[in-house]
Amino acid sequence: MKCPYACGSTEHLMARRKFLSLSASGAVGVAGGLGLLTRGAAAEQVQQKQQRIVVFNMHGGLSQLESWDPKPGTRTGGPFRAIPTSVPGLHISELLPYTAQQMHHLCLFRGVNTSEDDHGKGAYMMMTGRRQTPAADYPEIGAVAAKTLMPEDSSLPGHIRVVPHGGGGRGSDAAYLGPKYSSIHLGNGNPPQYTKRPDGITDEAERRRQEFRRKSDRRFLDGRRTAMTDVFTYSFEQADRLMEQRDVFDVTKEPTQDQEKYGTHDFGRHCLLARRLIERGISFVQVSHSNYDTHNENFDFHLEQVGEFDRPFATFVADLAERGLLDQTLIVVLSEFGRTPNINLYLGRDHWSKAWSVLAGGAKLARGAVLGATNAEGTEVVDIQVDHAQLFHTYLQAVGVDTSASFQIDGRELPIADPSAEPIWTAIA
Amino acid sequence: MLDVTKAKIIHDFAHDRPLLACRYDPKERFVVTSSEDYRLQKFSLPGGEKTILPEAHNSWVHALGLSPDGQILYSGGCDGKLVFWNIADAEVKPLRTLDAHQGWLRTLSVSPDGSLVATGGNDKTVKVWNTQTGELVKQWQGHAKNVYSVQFMPDGKRILSGDLGGAVQLRSLDADDIKGNFEAKPLHTYEGGQMVDFGGVRCLAVRPSSDQFAAGGLHKATNPLGAVHEPLALRFAFEGNQLLKSHVSEGITGGGLWRVQWLSDGTLMGVSGGSSGGFLIFWNDQQDKDFSKFKLPALARDMDLSTNGLNVVTAHHDGHVRITRLSES
Repeated sequence: MKCPYACGSTEHLMARRKFLSLSASGAVGVAGGLGLLTRGAAAEQVQQKQQRIVVFNMHGGLSQLESWDPKPGTRTGGPFRAIPTSVPGLHISELLPYTAQQMHHLCLFRGVNTSEDDHGKGAYMMMTGRRQTPAADYPEIGAVAAKTLMPEDSSLPGHIRVVPHGGGGRGSDAAYLGPKYSSIHLGNGNPPQYTKRPDGITDEAERRRQEFRRKSDRRFLDGRRTAMTDVFTYSFEQADRLMEQRDVFDVTKEPTQDQEKYGTHDFGRHCLLARRLIERGISFVQVSHSNYDTHNENFDFHLEQVGEFDRPFATFVADLAERGLLDQTLIVVLSEFGRTPNINLYLGRDHWSKAWSVLAGGAKLARGAVLGATNAEGTEVVDIQVDHAQLFHTYLQAVGVDTSASFQIDGRELPIADPSAEPIWTAIA
Repeated sequence: MLDVTKAKIIHDFAHDRPLLACRYDPKERFVVTSSEDYRLQKFSLPGGEKTILPEAHNSWVHALGLSPDGQILYSGGCDGKLVFWNIADAEVKPLRTLDAHQGWLRTLSVSPDGSLVATGGNDKTVKVWNTQTGELVKQWQGHAKNVYSVQFMPDGKRILSGDLGGAVQLRSLDADDIKGNFEAKPLHTYEGGQMVDFGGVRCLAVRPSSDQFAAGGLHKATNPLGAVHEPLALRFAFEGNQLLKSHVSEGITGGGLWRVQWLSDGTLMGVSGGSSGGFLIFWNDQQDKDFSKFKLPALARDMDLSTNGLNVVTAHHDGHVRITRLSES
């Protein structure tokens, strides 16, 4: 089976020659070689200084009314009040007292309308910037970031997802960019699966094992090299490197006081791990927080969940600002959609994509900005309406990627972002 | 004469907002409700004339209680405030406002002699207030999770409290330590897939003879975020801290108990609200299953029993407050 990005196209053949020469010389690992295989003009748009993205995925659909766009005292407002923030005149939910003090670093989009109330479709749109169709599959922002932002010579993966539960593995979220840019999952913030060498294997035995594998690979590749074999080879090499750098993923190596500052619960650890990963040069980290799909007892559940989210997230933002990383790091807090202004029979809120909010900040985004607005009860966008495609453009532009450019894949130009949409230029400082 | 099998609605008064809580005036002159705004309502009996009380809370009100003579209303809000009202007067106004809890004040109970009011909230504390002076007279911090329910014992000297985690604690006003622990864990669910705590001891009721109490809420929460759960009342004996019965109700696949109370013949009554609708459910001490249930016209969220023990007021999502007569006459 051949992958579409390794089809004999000019780009691929050139890259193949480069790959083989690099491999033969042993000067550069396969990771860098594969990066060159598919990297198109887009990579050249990236700034010299490495940019990074951290996405907080509020799984299930965070209520905008219990977070970024409260409507206290109205029919739809619910029991929570609004509190002032570090941005004069800006109020957010009282459930976010710590984040409120970091809003001057952030940029709030209050006029999001994605018109999609299905979990899977909404998540796809928010992560790829496109509507899902049977005709095509698109890479998620993490894969795009890994491809466009990760340095050529990095020995670490560029696309990491920190997921709440145990386990691990890889995502299939890179589409035509290829598996190299698929996410590696850190189950409950633990290092990647199977990266700990069994105790019974000595250093010497391991060296000989790897040497034998490489010899076998070379012999096989001499006659039957395909994109798929490249990926296998890359996977082995990456696994080898990950085993050597396992500590990068070990949040317990962080200072004790930092661990206490973020909190010892899972989400606190995951936020601190995100900081650790981007400080070590990983381009994209996604942290999930679950679960916000509160059709029942929305207020009790948001009290529980947003209460858990607030302090570690605010600590993360403050840390990045203090460490001078905010200019190089885009932070995004998103969901697949928001929740209905209407409060249902069960004191719940249902799926709602017509008027909701996304919080972002850092990189080139305007600081302390609020773009867009909803009406008094939060049922409609009344100012600066934006959608998933515009947001996708904006995230990437904020980290220096020219989203009008294309990837060169299989001899085809595939636009980095939806060409029918534009970035939200007013959000970019 | 009490006969729950003959239950029927005798009054139905409408408000324009979904209701959250209700209480019956001990003198049976009015009922009081709270709604999904920051307001309280007073409906006169039997005519149902509605009075909207002045706004004294800055959030929703889930907790209501009346003094034994019905003169003073106590309201506890999600703003953490405890407000005293001259509810029986023609012009109702707040008499005193206390900053009672950090975060939500979820529950309150007035002592049988009316001298004290106990409150519980999201700060995990139980507090006791002097109703004459507003002074805080006692405070306990033994709950690991949010306090969902408090209930004075009939002697007025001890208090039961229950939390989200299913812990029920018995305390004495003259002591700091816990006098009794009861495991109501079946009322709590941690749903690992959704990563949420759910349920809790939503209500408590002590039998007038003080030998038993009931803790109400929900169980079988296979989908907490989707309102899939069933009502459950646990009947405990104080002696030996023993669980006597787990009262369930067949046929209510979407519901939870918002309040339980004892009727004069020893029947335990609960009000359930959920995706199956609203029900008054009745259990005796012989079996786990209910022996009768009365379907209400809409999802209910609270109830209270009249002093004569025959009338039940219920607060409903559809904005109506209804009074159900538990007898044929």
